[in-house]
Amino acid sequence: MKIFIPKDTSAVALDADDVAQALSRAQPALEAEICRNGSRGAFWLEPLVEVELAAGRYAFGPIGVEDVPELLECLPDRLEDHPKYLGLTEDIPWLANQERVTFARAGLGDPVCIHAYTKLSGFSGLEKSATLTSQEIVTQVLESGLRGRGGAAFPTGIKWQTVLDTPADQKYIVCNADEGDSGTFADRLLMEADPFQLIEGMVIAGAAVGATLGYIYLRSEYPLAYRQLSLALDIARRVGYLGENILNSGRDFEIEIRLGAGAYICGEETSLLSSLEGRRGLVRAKPPLPAKEGLFGKPTVVNNVLTLAAVTTIMSQGSEYYASLGAGRSLGTLTVQLAGNVARGGLVEVPFGVKLSDVLKDYAGGTFSGRPMYAIQVGGPLGAYLDSTRWDTPMEYEEFAKVGGMLGHGGVVIFDDSADMLAQASFAMEFCAHESCGKCTPCRIGAVRGAEVIDKIRKGDRVNENLILLEDLCETMESGSLCAMGGLTPGTVRSAFKNFDFGVKGPDKSLSREGVS
Amino acid sequence: MFDVERLNTCILVWKDRPGALLPLLHDVQSAFGFIPPDALRLIAKALNISRAEVHGVVSFYEDFKTEGAAKHLLKVCCAEACQATGSRDLQQFVEDRFGEMPTKNQDKEGISIEAAYCFGNCASGPTIELAGRMIGRMTPSKLSRLLDDLD
Repeated sequence: MKIFIPKDTSAVALDADDVAQALSRAQPALEAEICRNGSRGAFWLEPLVEVELAAGRYAFGPIGVEDVPELLECLPDRLEDHPKYLGLTEDIPWLANQERVTFARAGLGDPVCIHAYTKLSGFSGLEKSATLTSQEIVTQVLESGLRGRGGAAFPTGIKWQTVLDTPADQKYIVCNADEGDSGTFADRLLMEADPFQLIEGMVIAGAAVGATLGYIYLRSEYPLAYRQLSLALDIARRVGYLGENILNSGRDFEIEIRLGAGAYICGEETSLLSSLEGRRGLVRAKPPLPAKEGLFGKPTVVNNVLTLAAVTTIMSQGSEYYASLGAGRSLGTLTVQLAGNVARGGLVEVPFGVKLSDVLKDYAGGTFSGRPMYAIQVGGPLGAYLDSTRWDTPMEYEEFAKVGGMLGHGGVVIFDDSADMLAQASFAMEFCAHESCGKCTPCRIGAVRGAEVIDKIRKGDRVNENLILLEDLCETMESGSLCAMGGLTPGTVRSAFKNFDFGVKGPDKSLSREGVS
Repeated sequence: MFDVERLNTCILVWKDRPGALLPLLHDVQSAFGFIPPDALRLIAKALNISRAEVHGVVSFYEDFKTEGAAKHLLKVCCAEACQATGSRDLQQFVEDRFGEMPTKNQDKEGISIEAAYCFGNCASGPTIELAGRMIGRMTPSKLSRLLDDLD
């Protein structure tokens, strides 16, 4: 008998360590092997304890310390008598109905066991790429239609091609693991539950563009991801998946983890590069593109964790397979992260093109508070707040843009009808003021003024004039900021005003510069 | 004055590596609990950059502290996903008890409070981190009990 208790940030935040300890105390009489697996991403069931018997893995959850004695009594032949019994894990509809590609391995075993990884077709993408030329790898990625998962959705193949075509004595692969958007945790889950996949993706990227050194820029708020990645890197190095002449391909690659230091803006790629160079995380103007002059002035691929992970699937199963998933110009799978006020929150991997409303219906299970859903912020702090008339939108980058939204990194933050949308609009400005790197004046100062103006509107102080002023400020921020922080915050603010009715009447004329006298 | 030997140990690990300043500051902070102001000059010299540049980096990043922390650190996540599940109430509760965040160090209860923006526990918030331990599904009454149990 084998018992699984996830070692995962969310599971541990819900007492998984205490549960594991309680089970360990029942040893050796229990005669079970206790495994700390990764999470499957069903955070609403965490801590999700699984018991493996000959017939399969049976799930129990959420299991608190107080549930352990009864669980022990039910082992091994009266499992279904336990009140938290969920049946076979693979039959839980919330998990079974998903189309897990990137997260197929998450939660199955010990995240840092390389044998478990290779047994589940791990490193087969790297093995394939070892037999190909750099151009052949880049072509596969181009044909797969993969777009950057960090939020900007830039075609990955084009980025790689640029780096490949730029001659240099040193090139770099930088993994953006600075997952700062509230409501997102897919990168964290991947790094904690399946860290070898990221390593494999980075080695493939290195082979594709001729880079020999990779950096993972990891946010300091993710200590467990740091631990799992460090362990996985050591093992990969020992076994020969990192280092010199990897798999006899004649190619070398090494990876180093660098920790961020609590700056949201460092998730922006040029700011991230400044930070990696040991400087303030200031945004840089583009061009030059990082693909031509990136880290330390050298050609650099900067990709999100999930982008690099997706490459392993493209290499092992082919670009055609990957491109067969998804819809429109959004190919592959999207990892929706159901967060905020949600009854069944967690990671839902589905092909692009599924409607947001269908994901809500099939997975969310309503709000945690039990009140009606009211506002949904998709795409992190810089994404729009969407009212219910916009939830029927297919989850594709272009479709979301049409309704004034942004798919971003796939974070879906649900608010119930007690949400104060004016407060949320104000927070968008406050957050921008707090996290602005300070380079562009409209962002640095505009966000501070923005929060003040919204505060005045809130108090009913000359609402009409202040709304016009706010719109003017939003336009200035949008057109006068180098990066998405100052450029997209206005969109979030506007969405809260436009999509929701909270008793503030807009100015009689349309919001425009001409309105200010 | 602080232990220069210890600082030099940190410096030696990083000084010849590219992009050394952030990892070096992380090491210095874990050695001393904060970045001692007197260390800036030595770090600048070792990396052949100006003291202003080191100061600029220390002051840019939230993680780097220039004075010792209180006995206990409480971080309350104030980002959107936690707001949706009641972190504003939690924030109000904390501010009623300790004053506006971030609080100055070394207050009488030995607790300092900071706002945090996302721990990646967004499906089971609101999230706090108390004395290094992250806890989800927090409520004011649960937090009150946890604070009372601190020494």
